[in-house]
Amino acid sequence: MTKTRQDLAWQELEIGATLITPGNSEEYKSGDWRSIRPVVDNKKCIKCGTCYIFCPDAAIYETEEGFFEANLYYCKGCGICATECPTQAIEMVEEEE
Amino acid sequence: MEIVEPTNVYAYKLITKKEYFAPGHRACQGCAEALAVRLVAKALGRNVIVASATGCMEIISSPMPYTSWRVPWIHVAFENAAAVASGAEAGMKVLMRKGRVPKKKITFLAMAGDGGTSDIGVQALSGALERGHDFIYICYDNEAYMNTGIQRSSSTPYGASTTTSPAGKVIPGQMTWKKNMPEIAAAHTIPYVATACPSYPIDLVEKVKKAARLKGPAYVHILSVCPTGWRLPPELAIKAGRLAVETGVFPLYEVEHGRYRFTGKIEKLRPVKEYLKIQGRFRHLSEEMIDTIQKRVVEEYEKLEKKVEMTEGD
Amino acid sequence: MGKRIGLEVSLSAAEAVKMANVDCIAAYPITPQTHIVEHLSELVNNGELDAEFIPVESEHSAMSVSAGVSAVGARAFTCTSSQGLALMNEIVHIVASMRLPIVMILANRSMSGPISIWNDHTDVMSIRDCGWIQVFANNGQEVFDNVLFAYRVAESQKVMLPLIVNIDGFILTHVIEPVEFWEKEQVERYLPDFKPVYTMHPDRPVTMGGVGMPYVFSEAKVAQDEPLIQSKTEIITAWKELGDIVGRYYKPIETYRIEDAETLFVTQGSFGETVSLVVDALRDEGESVGLVMDRLWRPFPFDEFREATSQAKNLIVIDRAISYGGQGGPLAIDIRSALYKGENQPNITNFICGLAGRDVTINDFKNIYHKAMEKVKENPREEDFEYYGVRGK
Repeated sequence: MTKTRQDLAWQELEIGATLITPGNSEEYKSGDWRSIRPVVDNKKCIKCGTCYIFCPDAAIYETEEGFFEANLYYCKGCGICATECPTQAIEMVEEEE
Repeated sequence: MEIVEPTNVYAYKLITKKEYFAPGHRACQGCAEALAVRLVAKALGRNVIVASATGCMEIISSPMPYTSWRVPWIHVAFENAAAVASGAEAGMKVLMRKGRVPKKKITFLAMAGDGGTSDIGVQALSGALERGHDFIYICYDNEAYMNTGIQRSSSTPYGASTTTSPAGKVIPGQMTWKKNMPEIAAAHTIPYVATACPSYPIDLVEKVKKAARLKGPAYVHILSVCPTGWRLPPELAIKAGRLAVETGVFPLYEVEHGRYRFTGKIEKLRPVKEYLKIQGRFRHLSEEMIDTIQKRVVEEYEKLEKKVEMTEGD
Repeated sequence: MGKRIGLEVSLSAAEAVKMANVDCIAAYPITPQTHIVEHLSELVNNGELDAEFIPVESEHSAMSVSAGVSAVGARAFTCTSSQGLALMNEIVHIVASMRLPIVMILANRSMSGPISIWNDHTDVMSIRDCGWIQVFANNGQEVFDNVLFAYRVAESQKVMLPLIVNIDGFILTHVIEPVEFWEKEQVERYLPDFKPVYTMHPDRPVTMGGVGMPYVFSEAKVAQDEPLIQSKTEIITAWKELGDIVGRYYKPIETYRIEDAETLFVTQGSFGETVSLVVDALRDEGESVGLVMDRLWRPFPFDEFREATSQAKNLIVIDRAISYGGQGGPLAIDIRSALYKGENQPNITNFICGLAGRDVTINDFKNIYHKAMEKVKENPREEDFEYYGVRGK
């Protein structure tokens, strides 16, 4: 876990404030941003990968069976996947409180 | 090369699954610029060194102590991405020549937004292109200074409403035409210039790969739809990019060693109205202004067609 | 002992850069730095120096390119003067915060306006607070030696900070002075290869230049200032080792005839050599006077300065720069601050002279001395400053 805010002392910063853990932004839960989330109907899904390629947050991943699902830790609920899906297999659904 | 229609898309799975641009970045919902960065990262892989200008992509990807970059990445200032990349390229060249670093192919990438390229970054870009460094310069063009709050840049298109070219009662938005950066880059007679859009991901990836393969400077100009700044719903980010290409507002083409070639020629351009009307930043346009835009778009497209003919690019 | 020849100081500087085996030179021409970069490009094009000479399109890019060079672990050199320094100002600050050990020779020249190509220290004073290590070289030999010293200190693991060597434009850059070159094996003994902590390389990806969020920015700044303050130790060690190898010893504060001197001149840069002659002349006339020359400007050598001035009753601080609307020249301002509430509280008089390379002769310094003595007699706590030799009613 990357130290942040209250924890990081000045002596603990790397030289030149360099960040040495590549990709540690993956600790950040951008999924907290969304108010709607994508729900995939696998009966309509043709496993084309359109949703996966167009997600700006790389939040869509391929399952073992070759279907695609949203990684809710990162998904910001932008709705691009639902709009671009060629078979309209994805529906954006309101997040409950 | 044909535009890939959404229905033949299994080819998307041939692009590497690796994510060199990690999730958890702070880009807005539906940011097509972040998508473009993600695709470029896939195109270039791990053997790359990136020099970034200040801008949206820099801010959202590197809030200390977090970083979304899984490749070496350096940010120095706003206008010098091309200069920093030049230094990295030259320095590495010497290190390999002197045997201090084992020889291997590393791609040098400079990335900046439209502000950091066509305004404040033009000098450093021009210098780097003229000196002939072996690097790629990518301009992520969201057509305004989005990071600082949607102010106009020289890349803002005619008629667009931004916070420093607002659609007012007397002056209805941006009154000058978008600076043609790809042409400026091409005028430096560099080996490769291309335009791309993340709505056409395979085209974009192929162009960036080609830029990396060719020796010498390459310039790629990527139209990056910004739902926040262009005032359209985030889910339409990809569609807007597609309409920009299909209406001829943003033609996809390459200039390889001076030879112009369309990559996916649109046989019949759609009316620009279809592109303009889905964006809030154009909502105020009069019929007359839309007409002016339509005429100019067709004019520029025909100029491009002539260039293709003249340089026998096809 | 290396060969000793008479050579224009600019060319000596370039030869020192060559001996330091730099990897990249990125520079934009500006008077009076031009001879340095011209000679370097000659050395590169004749195959005598294996380096990339990058003719950048502005000074801002000169420093930006140098940042890129240093970030991949290569040895970077750049060189400029006044306006060029001002143009690259933002990057100067940034590379210090990024701990990139770039070495820059600053051929001191007036900051415009009016535009002046001649020498003074207004340019270096404009970056006093930028976070670089800053030293002054006062003659051709010092320039040569201190270029090698510069890389040695800048790249030292405990320091890892960029460093400026100041040399007075025209007054030094364009004069011929005797310089003893180093032997190759002396350089090899003194200056190891550059081994950065982190570099830009795909085998070990890092992110440099992230956003300094408010909750971490202050910590980053302390992490930057501490090494600068602590670098004095390494600086003194490096100068001592330099002396052990070539027999010339440099110190943060150089002194001349300060023993039982009631009054001390304080200078920076090439004035020092002139004032040392003035000290001799005044002492011959029975005056109790000596000279303190500040060689290390940042980090400021408080202990050494206080020690050198501990017995003096009066200081005559010679500034070659201005702090408009402030309490005199920047050197005097710093010195007053350094001595505040110290054990010894000498009277401090401050004279600003030599702007735009205007000659300050031995007689002028004698006048300054007598003026200073009048001032302290009339008003011992006189804190005023004077622009010396300016015509006016």
